[in-house]
Amino acid sequence: MSRLVIKNGRVVDPSQDVDRVTDVAIRDGAIAQIADNLETAGSEVFDASGMIVAPGFIDMHVHLREPGFEHSETIETGSRAAAAGGFTSICCMPNTQPINDSATVTSYIVDRARRFATVNVYPIGAITKNSAGEELAAIASMKQAGIVAISDDGKPVMNARVVRRAMEFAAALDLPLIEHCEDLHLSAGGDMHEGLESTRLGLRGIPRSSEDVMVARDIILTEVTGVRYHVAHISSKNSVEMVAIAKRRGLKVTSETTPHHFVLADADMRPYDSNYKMKPPLRAREDVDAVTQGVVSGAIDAIATDHAPHPGAEKMREFERCPFGIIGLETAIGLGLERLYHTGKVSLTHLVRLFTDGPAKILSLDKGTLRPGVVADITIFGLDHRWTYDVNRSASKSRNTPFDGREFRGGPLATIVAGQIVWRADI
Amino acid sequence: MRRGLLDIESLTRAEIDGILTRSKDFQPAPGQTFKRFETLRGRTVVNLFFESSTRTRTSFEIAAKRLGADVLAITAAGSSVSKGESLVDTLNTLGAMRPDAIVMRHAASGAPHFLSRYLPIPIVNAGDGTHEHPTQALLDARTILDRRGTLEGLRVAIIGDIAHSRVARSNIFLLSKFGVQVVLCGPASLLPREIGQIAPGVTLTTNMETAIRDVDVIMMLRVQLERQHEAAFPASEYFQFYGLRPEHVELAKPDVVVMHPGPINRGREISSEVADSQRSAILNQVENGIAVRMAVLEKVLAA
Repeated sequence: MSRLVIKNGRVVDPSQDVDRVTDVAIRDGAIAQIADNLETAGSEVFDASGMIVAPGFIDMHVHLREPGFEHSETIETGSRAAAAGGFTSICCMPNTQPINDSATVTSYIVDRARRFATVNVYPIGAITKNSAGEELAAIASMKQAGIVAISDDGKPVMNARVVRRAMEFAAALDLPLIEHCEDLHLSAGGDMHEGLESTRLGLRGIPRSSEDVMVARDIILTEVTGVRYHVAHISSKNSVEMVAIAKRRGLKVTSETTPHHFVLADADMRPYDSNYKMKPPLRAREDVDAVTQGVVSGAIDAIATDHAPHPGAEKMREFERCPFGIIGLETAIGLGLERLYHTGKVSLTHLVRLFTDGPAKILSLDKGTLRPGVVADITIFGLDHRWTYDVNRSASKSRNTPFDGREFRGGPLATIVAGQIVWRADI
Repeated sequence: MRRGLLDIESLTRAEIDGILTRSKDFQPAPGQTFKRFETLRGRTVVNLFFESSTRTRTSFEIAAKRLGADVLAITAAGSSVSKGESLVDTLNTLGAMRPDAIVMRHAASGAPHFLSRYLPIPIVNAGDGTHEHPTQALLDARTILDRRGTLEGLRVAIIGDIAHSRVARSNIFLLSKFGVQVVLCGPASLLPREIGQIAPGVTLTTNMETAIRDVDVIMMLRVQLERQHEAAFPASEYFQFYGLRPEHVELAKPDVVVMHPGPINRGREISSEVADSQRSAILNQVENGIAVRMAVLEKVLAA
């Protein structure tokens, strides 16, 4: 029987309305008890004095690149980066090679994760076969094999009839449908947010409207189908407003945003540096403010990183020829603290909810809580220690980030998965 | 000035003035050929053109040779560039050959800016995608100065596909720095609203008569209908609404200067009567191209 006691940490668990300095006892990989002055005899002890002890953080939007693009990332390396970023669970998007559009691929990912992953890995299945937007993928059998949601992330379903059918299926199977909202005709050829900056730099624009048009379409279809609908990486002020309206109308609409979308605007880009190139693009300052406000108001339910590894050779090219995406697992907590907590915009409980209870509810996972009896996934982080992100020491295989060298106040300190300490900061 | 010349936007008015003034020394006397100088004897300039361009490449080549430099021309076709070598690898290879400067044209906006972060050799931007074409704006300014004496207070109309024009952007940045009122004109879909905000003193109109009324200079842009793959405007009626014809020129100041970066499309964006008229400065622009590029190369290589 293995025992671990986390002593004297500030335990913050939004799912149980807990925020106090106390102890957490773990027995055989499950939460046993939260109480003061717990007995430590015969237990391993983790002194969490001055630290925050929270339910394990969940990143519901990650690209692990396996199978097919193992030169960019693998389940092993991506999950190690997750642990180093304080995440105990990650959901991997289906745009691998082959695409995760069948139970065979889902089972492969589940099996590889069981053998090589440091943290829990939950696959997300494709909406359509080969994410081509035409025929529905084998959604029900993928669910049996372990998917927790469906999405054609990166290749949004352009045909409204197809997405309607998929929503009907997803509703019946009680799976959320996650959409990467981008009208591909409006965004065609674009490399960054369409606005003053793109005009100045002579780069083709991805208009805000390309996101808004699809969010509007999908909300209308959500009303028709009753699906649990989730907007991935929301970045436009209008889309945030539409999600807020949909929620007020009682629709099952949720949304996530990424740290880079509440931290950086298009004007913050280092010109023509592909580490600032992603979809949706870094938008105007007013969008960054609206996204931040959406987090505060609750229109946005979760923070997800959209961790998208690309090897250096692919990012060391002309801006318009580089692939979209940046890595983000290791900087998410630091950026959340910097822009949301230290600025006083959200409480610590709210920040923790965005990484735990928020995504857990969207995905119906029995995670994101320290309720006695659940598997002991725990994220321990600090609020004030100073550290600098050095991407060359990243556990990820890729190095594409605009946050290399950034100084942070507070960040992950230890990551516990099923009662095992899988990562500790070396500070 | 920083090493190299990447864009007009980051230059100061004084730096631009310096180049324009110096380029006067390189203009040939009437009826004469360009003078030869020995300033850059023993220096090597690589002309690296990823996009085909006869006139700009030739202009840079003549400019470098008039200053006594050796010129090595590399075009994308037939070189390792077309064999899939990455831009960084190509430039690293060139860098190892230690030229003194690289003159570069590339279809991707920002390609020279990206490379200049990795390459210790000064880069002169000879046109990057839809971003900037700095020496074009300099030669245009030289041409206006030759006819008007000053830029301050002039009114200049730039007409055509503004959205995709590097010539327009460089001219907007340059003219704005010198207090010129710039009027941009083109079909609405090729005239992004935001371009009116990239520099002070810029206004927009979709009406050609409005744009031209009382202007000192008309700059026509080359329309590349073949590049309009996104149905941005009806090509069949372009000349009717945005082609420069003699009746338009009458709306401008009597001594208006008509310019075009070339090569011109007669009957598409400009009529032959206007292109060949006394007011046309198109051939002066070509001539000034060499003088201005001599001044730029001298400045870049003297650094």
